[in-house]
Amino acid sequence: MAKHHVSTVINGEPVEFLCEPQQTLLDVLRDELNLTGSKEGCSSGDCGACTVICDGRIVCSCLMLGAEAEGRKITTVEGIAQGDHLHPVQQKFLEHAALQCGFCTPGFIVAAKALLDENLNPTEEETRYWLAGNLCRCTGYDKIIRAVLDAAAVMRAEAGR
Amino acid sequence: MSFLDKASLRVVGTRPIRPDGVDKVTGRANFGADMTMPGMLWGKIKRSPHAHARILSINAEKALALPGVRAVTTRADFPDIPPDKRVVGAMPHNLWDLSRNCMAEGKALYEGHAVAAVAATTPAIAEQALDLIEVEYEVLPHVMEVEAAMRPEAPVLHDDLFTAGVEPRPTKPSNVAKMVRFAKGDVEAGFRAADIVIERRYTTKPVHQGYIEPHACVVSVAPDGQCTIWSSSQGQFMVRAYTSRIAGAEDSASIRAIPAEIGGGFGGKTIVYLEPVAYMLSKKSGRPVKIVMSREEVFRGTGPTSGAVVEVKLGASKDGHITAAKTVLKYQSGAFPGSPVQQGCICALAPYDLPNAETTGYDVLSNRPKVAAYRAPGAPIGSFAVESCIDELARALGIDPLRLREINGARDGTKAAHGPTWNNIGLMKTLEAAQASEHLKTRLGPNQGRGIACGFWHNAGGESSAACHVNEDGTVSLTEGHPDIGGSRASMAMMVAEVLGIAFERVRPVVGDTTAIGYSASTGGSRVTFAGGMAVTTAAQKVVEELKKRAAITWDISPDAVEWRDGKAFPAGANAGSFEPLSLAEIAGKAARTGGPISAEVQINAQGQAPGFTTHVCDVEVDRETGHVKILRYTAIQDVGRAIHPSYVEGQMQGGVAQGVGWALNEEYIYDKDGRLENPGFLDYRVPVASDMPMIDTILIELPNPRHPFGARGCGEVPIVPPMAAVANAISDALGIRLRDLPMSPPRVLAALDREMPLPQAAE
Repeated sequence: MAKHHVSTVINGEPVEFLCEPQQTLLDVLRDELNLTGSKEGCSSGDCGACTVICDGRIVCSCLMLGAEAEGRKITTVEGIAQGDHLHPVQQKFLEHAALQCGFCTPGFIVAAKALLDENLNPTEEETRYWLAGNLCRCTGYDKIIRAVLDAAAVMRAEAGR
Repeated sequence: MSFLDKASLRVVGTRPIRPDGVDKVTGRANFGADMTMPGMLWGKIKRSPHAHARILSINAEKALALPGVRAVTTRADFPDIPPDKRVVGAMPHNLWDLSRNCMAEGKALYEGHAVAAVAATTPAIAEQALDLIEVEYEVLPHVMEVEAAMRPEAPVLHDDLFTAGVEPRPTKPSNVAKMVRFAKGDVEAGFRAADIVIERRYTTKPVHQGYIEPHACVVSVAPDGQCTIWSSSQGQFMVRAYTSRIAGAEDSASIRAIPAEIGGGFGGKTIVYLEPVAYMLSKKSGRPVKIVMSREEVFRGTGPTSGAVVEVKLGASKDGHITAAKTVLKYQSGAFPGSPVQQGCICALAPYDLPNAETTGYDVLSNRPKVAAYRAPGAPIGSFAVESCIDELARALGIDPLRLREINGARDGTKAAHGPTWNNIGLMKTLEAAQASEHLKTRLGPNQGRGIACGFWHNAGGESSAACHVNEDGTVSLTEGHPDIGGSRASMAMMVAEVLGIAFERVRPVVGDTTAIGYSASTGGSRVTFAGGMAVTTAAQKVVEELKKRAAITWDISPDAVEWRDGKAFPAGANAGSFEPLSLAEIAGKAARTGGPISAEVQINAQGQAPGFTTHVCDVEVDRETGHVKILRYTAIQDVGRAIHPSYVEGQMQGGVAQGVGWALNEEYIYDKDGRLENPGFLDYRVPVASDMPMIDTILIELPNPRHPFGARGCGEVPIVPPMAAVANAISDALGIRLRDLPMSPPRVLAALDREMPLPQAAE
């Protein structure tokens, strides 16, 4: 079976890879590119642990083929911090103890970052519905929601709004 | 040294950022499936499509002929385990059962039971090879439900299983593995003395732990038998012990088990499924083998907790004193014995002072996956029944449910139905705090209701090791033996920093592999903060003694004349001499001149764990059109002894509540008539999502455990005990309808509304 040659941009860097037609973007990220921050919890788009941002939209990378990354811009959890500067969502997850086992955390970080890219002033309800595609079995969501709302407040202050 | 006085603490009780936090928010942390090894193969497991079937033959010729396939393993490769070798140390599992659960022997006992496995160069080839393994089955009658499985005519899973705990020993094999019973007082006299007796039957469904990380491991066996296991589990020593016996490894020392980060366990990762299989494939292929379960395999092949039928009979006087309680608990164990029915029996009645009580429990096999521990194993099931029945009793008596619990609740001096006399317990304080809470002062609207429930869990101690190494710059490397499942690195480092008198950030904790630290029992039972905490505290105290000795050598005075405070050695009083204090960093920097490296490693078998009691308050609103139950507000109140890192204690409470809400409202396994699971995924097995939950308020009661240096009791498990009854009681309060079968999903709520059609509740 011939492999596809794919040119894409991941976390701001041009990337080329070869993948089999049936390989998902998640398979490629984890098994071909060693970007294991995106997690596989279900491979059916129900848990959100593999959430990435593709051309500005969040997608479950287990539901997208590797070949479909051609010409796109992908952001994974590895691309959320800028160098040693954590994104406010990451910082607030730490301060609020919004993670226990940490397995779902990459998906939540990516999804929450995408929410705040779009809406710097989400309500609690909007935040809960935005993150309803990400399962966490440890925290009961309380501290996650608080962390995201607090990160939004920090970003609003930084943006002078 | 005691640290029970909260006012004296600098570090414990604060909320620092966990040491492993940055790794986990940036994607650096390595979980079970994140490891690769050079030359690694991919393993996959072939599973039975039948709920109960004799395996007549397995033919792997075609699979082995597929290019890229390097090994196939079946039961024939696994050693038998003789009866005298089926138990290792204090570990709770029967190895022969575990072995046959990892790879079916003779019969497939549930849909999803492993029957063969393959290793190949790519996951796709391995998947293809599974289809080429030919298994011939003779399908047998199967049985799924607990009471059906108890009947004499039921299909029997194991013809060598005879009910334990009954005299005389039965002559016929059955699916009832064990009967347990305990009693206090004269229960029949208690019922005769009662003004009111109510008798109810409740049922629960098996529910899965639902950890988001599927089981995963990489195993490499070298030709000389030396083996490295990288896997996600609740105990690397458990993995080593079970894998070595099940796979027939040389000995425990031949295996180095490295704990990966663990993506949730909740008890479900206290046993092995994959490691012995990967071991066998690696041994046969000569290559490292990685196996990662799919979510579907997690549902079909790994343990949920028991589904159950629980009968409760309560008698009480008109003024609300319970005169007698009788319970019968029938728990599913799945395909092998070992349901947590005994804990269910004990925990359900533990919150009450009962003059007369009798409990009987049955551990019952059926053609379902072998159950695995799930958070406070067994307790939530029995407690759902008893706490619901207490609520029914309160309503029948016209007494406030919280008040009824105050009247009958266990206090210091109460002799529990299962034997011990309580001392230093916090149940009453949780009830008082509930009564005083803001939550109880809020008014409810139409179709809204409020439920109260209590809960109990023993907490646990046991074997733990810890090593505390002082580095040359005065920082401290802490090695512990317990996988960190929810922030325990932080609490361990905090206790060490407190003892040493240094900043939290100066202590760097790691979870050691089986060659790096002494034996430590698994993370579970709410034992790590208690037992692990005792181990790290003792290690740090030994380091302090050594630091004092080194200061004494430097000053040429007796070690008794040195005292340690605020991270420094001081001469103890004027008679000791006049010296400038020496900091930990100063002593560490000169360690070579005063006797060499400064370290302490301790091994303990921790005793003195103290019980955890809790009270939960839940408000719901029921949509009469759809049957949907919305959780409006939730407050969990718990005696935690001492909250080492309060955020992670609150997190345990909130997480337990959310799991309990899922158990109450949504989660269940749906099987077809052939015993095949119809909802093996998160779309149809619906765990709570963020939009299902409100914020979860927590009230921490801190009644210190005097047997722990900091007063910790353990906190992780009891929060899952009350939610099902709290929700059921709230629904009953809202509708005037009692739901006694879980889950209380919209179809069930609608059916109950249709059946009972009460008059619409008048708005207040």
